[in-house]
Amino acid sequence: MATDLNGRPRTDGEPLLRVEGLVKHFPLTQGIVFRKQIGAVQAVDGISFELRRGETLGLVGESGCGKSTVAKTLLRLEEPTAGHAYFQGKDIFALGKRELRALRRDIQIVFQDPYASLNPRMTVGDIITEPWEIHSDVVPKDQRDARVSDLLRRVGLNPDDRNRYPHQFSGGQRQRIGIARALTLNPDVIICDEPVSALDVSVQAQVMNLLEEIQDEFGIAFVFIAHDLSVVRHISDRVAVMYLGRIVEIGDEKDIYERPTHPYTQALLSAVPIPDPDIEAGRDRIVLEGDVPSPANPPSGCRFRTRCWKAEDICAEEDPALIDRFGHGHPSACHFAEIREVVTS
Amino acid sequence: MTTAARPEAMPATPGTGDLLLEVSDLHVEFRTRRGVVNAVNGISYTLHERETLAILGESGSGKSVSAQAVMGIIDTPPGYVTQGEIRYRGEDLLTMAESERRAVRGQQIAMIFQDALTALNPVYSVGWQIAEMYRVHRGSSRKVGYAKAAELMDRVRIPSAKERVKDYPHQFSGGMRQRVMIAMALALDPDIIIADEPTTALDVTVQAQIMDLLSTLQEETGMGLILITHDLGVVADVADKVCVMYAGKVVERGPVRDIYHNTAHPYSEGLMASIPRLDQKGGQLHPIKGAPPSLANIPPGCPFHPRCPYAREVCTTDHPPLYDVAPRRQSACHFWEEVLAGGN
Repeated sequence: MATDLNGRPRTDGEPLLRVEGLVKHFPLTQGIVFRKQIGAVQAVDGISFELRRGETLGLVGESGCGKSTVAKTLLRLEEPTAGHAYFQGKDIFALGKRELRALRRDIQIVFQDPYASLNPRMTVGDIITEPWEIHSDVVPKDQRDARVSDLLRRVGLNPDDRNRYPHQFSGGQRQRIGIARALTLNPDVIICDEPVSALDVSVQAQVMNLLEEIQDEFGIAFVFIAHDLSVVRHISDRVAVMYLGRIVEIGDEKDIYERPTHPYTQALLSAVPIPDPDIEAGRDRIVLEGDVPSPANPPSGCRFRTRCWKAEDICAEEDPALIDRFGHGHPSACHFAEIREVVTS
Repeated sequence: MTTAARPEAMPATPGTGDLLLEVSDLHVEFRTRRGVVNAVNGISYTLHERETLAILGESGSGKSVSAQAVMGIIDTPPGYVTQGEIRYRGEDLLTMAESERRAVRGQQIAMIFQDALTALNPVYSVGWQIAEMYRVHRGSSRKVGYAKAAELMDRVRIPSAKERVKDYPHQFSGGMRQRVMIAMALALDPDIIIADEPTTALDVTVQAQIMDLLSTLQEETGMGLILITHDLGVVADVADKVCVMYAGKVVERGPVRDIYHNTAHPYSEGLMASIPRLDQKGGQLHPIKGAPPSLANIPPGCPFHPRCPYAREVCTTDHPPLYDVAPRRQSACHFWEEVLAGGN
């Protein structure tokens, strides 16, 4: 079921996952006995996107933009404030306990920190087989040993490693264990929340290659969350750029990187140094002023307007909708969207 | 909002200004209960006025420890500088009396750390901490100290600096805290600033602001900058010359263009091939196999040989010296000619 033979995104029919108007506000409270709400951190404020079978959607943005909150609400590790998320037509946010359990078989997650996300008191074998204790019908008992060996081999570890503990492995190897665990239930979707950002440069590439191989082999769709724009470009088919809880621009990887239309995307791309001194010497850089405003008190209208060089009165009054402004199928949430090349290739 | 063209990377004239710092054959080890960790195993480099030297390496390559040795802030025990010289304007800091050395460090050589939140004291205002430089080193009064602190905060472009002098570190954002650190480092007009991963904890748009600030300040003051980082993009952006470190040693060094375009060491070549690039969609990445070695257990011969595609018998036994590849350009690989010829 999870295996799409060619591992290619199927564009026909209903997308695998469709998120509509997802909102997550964390209440800010005051007082201890008479607790009252004095405001809310608007971590995610109305985002929508689709994920097709076998594709990778990159979710990029700086810290605090809400990208990890999106991941957590999709798995219902956090309850959303509003919105819908349809997985194969069923609304994730309306599921009961039992159905939710079934859902979590289909959507798995790989966390950022390979040191914190593995239980130090369990062996690698126990970590990988634990999901089968709940979902006991996935692999028959007598085949589990062989399956663990297969999985370990698949992620580039030695089957004999099953009796070792997480601390005996390096960061890159631990991330492989995390990936093996995510694969145990044959999911359709894996949410990768900054899976390579804690790793050394030379090890990052190993883990990214592994993720790509697994995708080709099992046809799994990825929601790939990262702050590193080069990593996201490498792995993604489509990319959504987030700023202060909203998606400001979404489109195919080529559209976002070669024809960005939103000023924030342009600034973000131009801030990333390219590892080539000759290219760097000839590059213009858009240096944004100031910091990201607090999500507890975001600016009115367009949330980027306080740092935007194009901002005019309308930006404070009217929230720009995320719509296709050029007929490219590449929506942008800016009143003054225009294509500007900031990365020459 | 500025769209200024970036200041042209210093024309390729490394070595024209005064020689500020000369580190030669520096060794640092940590004696722990579980054995000796050889963090730095004989590194050498020079730094001139207006020059930016990047020390590039992964975690555990010894890049931070070498900088801490220059600053004299290694905890002893367990850390010991066992060999080598660190000459600041010709004088060896390691043989100097502690009082003289203290005058140099802090006043002439300053350091910026990666994590500004832990580097700053949470119970004193940032103005107090910046002013401390003047009170301790120049004997200034509190009032003068605060005034100077406000000036410096303005110079590193902290908005409404005067009103924020008495704010505490937690009241600033990550980028602003890093600016406070830079202000402290600049306080006594140092000749050299050592920046240890100054932007690693920051978002990319803030990183651009901080690197921009550092280059502007360098142009104004003519100071030398040592940038310790693992980010190949940042190095390409700001460095004049580069030392690539692996397992406590310099494996390759030279002008930044040569390192990127005519790589002469398999490790640097591997690093370049393993990173995805913003300007290319590219196909498969070519990672370096395996993981960096533990510094307590460095492989014999060339420390990179277990991961190296060029490795042969000799690499497992003979440690390669730094061969001269070209003037001011060296590589610690027995087969550097082959790497250079087949290089990217």
